[in-house]
Amino acid sequence: MSSQDTAPPEPEISHDDDLFKPGHRACAGCGPALAMRYITEATGENTIISHATGCMEVVSSPYPESSWDVSWIHDVFANAPGVASGVEAAYRAFDEKEGFEEFEDHDDVNFVAIGGDGATFDIGMRSLSGMMERGHDVLYIAYDNEGYMNTGIQRSSSTPFGASTTTSPAGSESFGNDTQKKNMPAIAADHGCEYVATASIAYPTDFKRKIEKALEHDGAKYIQVSAPCMLGWDFDSAETVNVAKLAVQTGMQPLFEIVDGELSDVMSLSDRKPVEEYLETQGRFAHLFSKEGGDEVIEEIQEHIDEQAEELGLDR
Amino acid sequence: MGEQTMLKGDRAVAHSVLSAQPDVVSAYPITPQTGIVEKLSEMDANGDLRGQFLKVDSEFNAASSCIGASGAGARVFSATSSQGLKLMSEPLFTASGMRLPLVLAVANRSLSGPLSIWNDHTDAFAERDGGMIQFFAEDVQEAVDNILMAYRVAEDPEISLPALANLDGYILTHVKEPVEVPTEEETAEYLPKRDPHATLDPKDPKTMGAFARPEHWTETRFAVHDALLRSKETIGDAVEEFADQFGRDYGLEWGGLLETYGPEDAEIALLGLGSIVGTMRDVADDHPASVKVVKPRVIRPYPEEALREALAGVESVGVLTKEVSPGHQGTLAAELKSALYGSGHNPAIHSSVLGLAGRDVTKGDISDIIDEIVDATTAGPSTGVISEEDWPQLKRDMLPDEVTH
Repeated sequence: MSSQDTAPPEPEISHDDDLFKPGHRACAGCGPALAMRYITEATGENTIISHATGCMEVVSSPYPESSWDVSWIHDVFANAPGVASGVEAAYRAFDEKEGFEEFEDHDDVNFVAIGGDGATFDIGMRSLSGMMERGHDVLYIAYDNEGYMNTGIQRSSSTPFGASTTTSPAGSESFGNDTQKKNMPAIAADHGCEYVATASIAYPTDFKRKIEKALEHDGAKYIQVSAPCMLGWDFDSAETVNVAKLAVQTGMQPLFEIVDGELSDVMSLSDRKPVEEYLETQGRFAHLFSKEGGDEVIEEIQEHIDEQAEELGLDR
Repeated sequence: MGEQTMLKGDRAVAHSVLSAQPDVVSAYPITPQTGIVEKLSEMDANGDLRGQFLKVDSEFNAASSCIGASGAGARVFSATSSQGLKLMSEPLFTASGMRLPLVLAVANRSLSGPLSIWNDHTDAFAERDGGMIQFFAEDVQEAVDNILMAYRVAEDPEISLPALANLDGYILTHVKEPVEVPTEEETAEYLPKRDPHATLDPKDPKTMGAFARPEHWTETRFAVHDALLRSKETIGDAVEEFADQFGRDYGLEWGGLLETYGPEDAEIALLGLGSIVGTMRDVADDHPASVKVVKPRVIRPYPEEALREALAGVESVGVLTKEVSPGHQGTLAAELKSALYGSGHNPAIHSSVLGLAGRDVTKGDISDIIDEIVDATTAGPSTGVISEEDWPQLKRDMLPDEVTH
């Protein structure tokens, strides 16, 4: 068990290639754009990425420009895992057949699929389920900014309870989103993924180490990286990393690994902070502090975190 | 030359696919296509299919994985029908825009609702504007051969588009016919290894499926349109070389885009797609009137010039369609009218919507249509307005009151 105040071990990352190029159209202070950079730093150049529709796809691939210095394919919103399955299967076929000597060996290529939480938790869920069930040698990375931020600021099934979005607005009869975030890591683990982890852009070394670790496993693997959206969550663009860090430190975003279906490592907290400290940094939760009854919602959020912390053994 | 054997259509198509040795087959079962993927599964289980067979979760991901594999440079295959084709529709539209060749066998079946598992062409026409090449087969042999021709055209680097090889559900998938299945060696001679422009190669990174803004999107759509128009010539070449190697001629006279049957100077032409054409040929043989049959082999690219030539001199055309665009008319009839507009030749065009969702089309049905055309020809040109008269198989007593009022 490591903790927030113990530096995680240095990862064995040999490549510092600049494979996610600057000049993309992401907002200043974009959490997901940091995630893309860390992903390519960890996977290196021998990588083929299948990308779901979403903000990171749109900001990085406006024809005739591209931020990607690795092979990259985008098809539609719901099928990045399906497309990645096909790419991976093709390389497997090339290995097994004669006449494809010009292609890299399957084992030398990192097959990666990337989707936002909308693509992962909602519309692409069937595609991801199929990819995991079939055990394709693909690392799926969900960058989780807790909403459909490409189309504005709408709720997804990753949006936390109590957050105001344009489709789950706070109003006279509403405290914002009225459902709890879908537990995707558990769903991935239940599919038999050998390696499942959560990560945060506030802990890049940990995130990259998890990517490297995931890629050592054959078969499907799933990493979910918490990547705050300054626009959708409504905070100052200089605060992205601090907000992401607070998510971890309050237990809102626990960091853990599940290997072979067993919880194997949790970044435990010696002094878990109350969730208010996290909620008050963001406009999407502002109504909880100004509206009558908001304190009860905050309490409900805290209870949910406490239950989750108990299950994970988050507190030291 | 492959041996002639008695085979069910779905099995025969699977043998044709096997001969092309696709690198990735990805499919989900749906009636009446299922026999194709069942047979391919069996071939895979016995080690005859040397590629990867993905048993996916849905048609949506069958198409998606074919797109990924095609992007990687693989030869890919899938098969589907009806609702399954609809489920593939979203990714299929992108495959043409991304210029990725895929070959799909489509066992044509009506679309819900109401639910029906039987044949018509509603599913194929629902994909009409997706930028896919669409072949239609009259019999099992043509279904088998169209698979190979579809690969030839779809994978031609100058074309590089998805292709649907349509065959009528049940009528062709479940009928046993004597058929010659090409051997792997023969197919290898006809169909060289795919040589794609670009692949997802880690050593030479490419961005595929980039996001296009208004400055560029129009040109991508034009490029698909242009490739489809150019594919007419590629189809012609593919049909010609097929005839040279296998001895079967699929309308060489018409650039491989359509076939005709009957007297050249016929006054009446019957136009239809797929298996109905066999019945049309029989009726034309029997009918005292001078009737010829015109069978488009493709609906995309649309064989406009060939149709104009094949129909030159006819006084009237009976277009028999197993599809309708509700609120308008049979699409095949509407498109024929558009092809003839401005040509200076203005035959009466009689649209008949029939054979929907497995309703049998008998020789009597077709004969009646010819009789009506003969009468109408003498009475003056058709108004072209679609009405109940254009649905010859309609059972009026089964219609609800608000329809019959």
